[in-house]
Amino acid sequence: MQERKNNQALIFIKDWAIVLAVILLIIIFTVTIPNFMQTNNVLNILRSISIVTIIAVGLTVSLSVNGFDLSIGSTATLANSVVVSMFVWFNMPTGVSILVAILAVLCVALFNAFLIVKVKIPDLFATLATMFIVEGVAMTYTGGGSISVGMPRLDGTPTEGEISDFFLLLSKTPWIILIMLVIVILVHLFLTYTKHGRFLYAVGGNEEAAKLSGIPVNRYKMLAYIFSAVLAGIGGLLLASQIGSAQINAGAGYLMPAVAAAFIGQSFAGHGKPNAIGTLFGAALVGVLENGLVMLSVPYYSLNIIKGLVLAFALASTYYSRKK
Amino acid sequence: MKAKTVIEMKKISIEFPGVKALSEVDFQLESGTIHAVIGANGAGKSTLMKILSGAYPHYTGDIFINGELVSITDAKKSKELGIDIVYQEVDTALIPYLSVAENIMLDQLIFDKKSIINWRKIRQRAKEVLNRIGIELNTEKKVQDISLADKQMVLIARAIIHERKFLILDEPTAPLSQAETEKLFSIVRDLVKNHHLGIVFISHRLPELFEICEKITIMKDGRIVKESLIEEITQNQVIEQMLGKTFDLVHHKQLKEKGEIALQVNHLVDDSGLVNDVSFYVKKHEIIGLAGLVGAGKTELCKAIFGMSNIKSGAIELYGKTIKNLTPYHAVKNHFGLIPEERRKEGVFVEEPIFKNLSMANLQPFTRLGSFIKQTKEREAARSMIQKIGAKTPNELQKVANLSGGNQQKIAIGKWLMTDAEILLFDEPTKGVDVGAKSDIFNLIDEQAKEGKSVIYATSELSEILLITDRIYVMYDGKIVKELVTSETTEDEVMFYATGGEAYARA
Repeated sequence: MQERKNNQALIFIKDWAIVLAVILLIIIFTVTIPNFMQTNNVLNILRSISIVTIIAVGLTVSLSVNGFDLSIGSTATLANSVVVSMFVWFNMPTGVSILVAILAVLCVALFNAFLIVKVKIPDLFATLATMFIVEGVAMTYTGGGSISVGMPRLDGTPTEGEISDFFLLLSKTPWIILIMLVIVILVHLFLTYTKHGRFLYAVGGNEEAAKLSGIPVNRYKMLAYIFSAVLAGIGGLLLASQIGSAQINAGAGYLMPAVAAAFIGQSFAGHGKPNAIGTLFGAALVGVLENGLVMLSVPYYSLNIIKGLVLAFALASTYYSRKK
Repeated sequence: MKAKTVIEMKKISIEFPGVKALSEVDFQLESGTIHAVIGANGAGKSTLMKILSGAYPHYTGDIFINGELVSITDAKKSKELGIDIVYQEVDTALIPYLSVAENIMLDQLIFDKKSIINWRKIRQRAKEVLNRIGIELNTEKKVQDISLADKQMVLIARAIIHERKFLILDEPTAPLSQAETEKLFSIVRDLVKNHHLGIVFISHRLPELFEICEKITIMKDGRIVKESLIEEITQNQVIEQMLGKTFDLVHHKQLKEKGEIALQVNHLVDDSGLVNDVSFYVKKHEIIGLAGLVGAGKTELCKAIFGMSNIKSGAIELYGKTIKNLTPYHAVKNHFGLIPEERRKEGVFVEEPIFKNLSMANLQPFTRLGSFIKQTKEREAARSMIQKIGAKTPNELQKVANLSGGNQQKIAIGKWLMTDAEILLFDEPTKGVDVGAKSDIFNLIDEQAKEGKSVIYATSELSEILLITDRIYVMYDGKIVKELVTSETTEDEVMFYATGGEAYARA
């Protein structure tokens, strides 16, 4: 009896490890850092994880079909470059600029889906190739440099385009946080409560059985890669709004944190599979940790040690004891 | 004459969360005998064997080898004690990229302290051991390129090379053809006679056990209910003990009029070469059998009809209308349902709960605007389906992984009963299913035919096909070689055509 109780407690801790870890960190930092729980800092943390979370939620969808999208970082870069070039080079209004950027990332999604579904390259390798291609395309498009307001075009002609105020507002608090939360909630509802979400997980759980149940497996795989590319694109747009320019490989740095967030989030609430809210908590865990450590004056160059250790622990809570 | 080795298991019990899998089991095994262990799925036979092989160290009770108390803590210890097991899933114990020789000599490769390996010697010894048990197999071939039967032989050879005293064969014949089974039997007999091994033989196929075993242990609900010498017991008695009741597998033939022709297949040819100019038809209310040995093309035919492979030529008509099942997605839309042979791999989602499995092929009725799923309604439907198919489970939230093979199969069938499928294709539906569940499955299939569905039942178990079907098409080498009316034929006749016989003189 006692043993069973212990067992249940252990399962509870395992299932909620991420949430408990976030709460524990918050308590520790609140005690040690006087300003930690101030509204400003809390918003600061949420803002800092917004872009990673959005990109990671996209990755979560590709993980749900047992896929993997390594091209999300480059895709974010592409969206960043395209949207800023639309504003600065071509003087386009906000709506058109965003639309063109989204169309560009959709091409990435279709290319990924083509390699994976038609050519049948394993997901990881296919998107690795796409990662390089898209990175190169984005860089070639910008002529190997950055684009910012007032800079001349590649052929030397002067530009007069401005980035619209509305677009710049998107990355301000509270809008960016709201965008993140809406995306997390929508994707979570989609994955958990709709037919399509059920089928995505079915494809990820047992592709063969899914196919034999009459689920159009290829269509759902394509859908997953569209999700990951579009959300990576939205991440890239918000990044453009934040930095107000297009930078070389601006999105590349988001790939690995997004992967970490999505993997950390898998064990959330006993899901044991990729899920959007878990991913949010995964990103929050890293964000809170980073913020607190910076405030404790841990040098920035040492942060990765701790981030890596947290990832290892989080993964341990997902994978350890699975064998038994 | 070598000395006799005896394993005694005394008062063995084991518990898993929520289940007492074995309670106070006494089991004795002697070298030089072939010992059958049989029981319905979930009776505890695999659990008992897994304790012997070191997979479940948390058992209680004592194990003695030649009177000496031993404790089997892991697989390595079990092997040191001279016990080896060949699991049903042979691939889990083999490394596909390595050659036959390297796989046979795997333990030497791993545990030998030397870093430089004498490959010639490895090949030599592998060849020797294969010769010893009379198997012709190219030791250079990669294991991923050899047949399932040969893979088993590799595992047996591996056990021989270590001079193990006991070998547990867990359903070794399930994937084998008749000829392969016979070869396995002769090797097993040789092992017992010339190498004095003790063999535990687990199988659901009673005739086999009676052919090869000397002793039989019957298990039920985690206990041993009967031990006997094989000649002192009949097959019916065994079934009785297994199920705890008298059991009758006789199919109650319906004399009901069959309806119009539901499915007509004309000159079908697929790109695997195992469906070669196949024509047949099924009527409404009818159950037809596709009989044939392993490799005759039954599975390929089912898959071709269901849109799993490319059709090169030929046509499929459903109620007189030509249809094209380009993919399984189209097949399901066209009211087809397939219960595939590889249940765990193709039929069910083991990590998902039962209710999600059941609704997988037809979620539409449970969705509202925006594709949101009405879970209450979905689970309600799942509960009544569980009742209908007689699956044994506490509730619809159980993971399918936790169900026994027979119950998993019922879920795989139930999935299609939730759809409006008109044509149901069953590919070896009783594989790895115990006798009790088998009869439930037969009844289910019968009911479906009664309700107006058309059933195609593919199997190499000829006795089953004679019980359940109305007509039989015998397949041989990718072709339908004979059409038979079930009530007018015999197992011998079906077997004759299935093995490629040209003409059969009826007495």
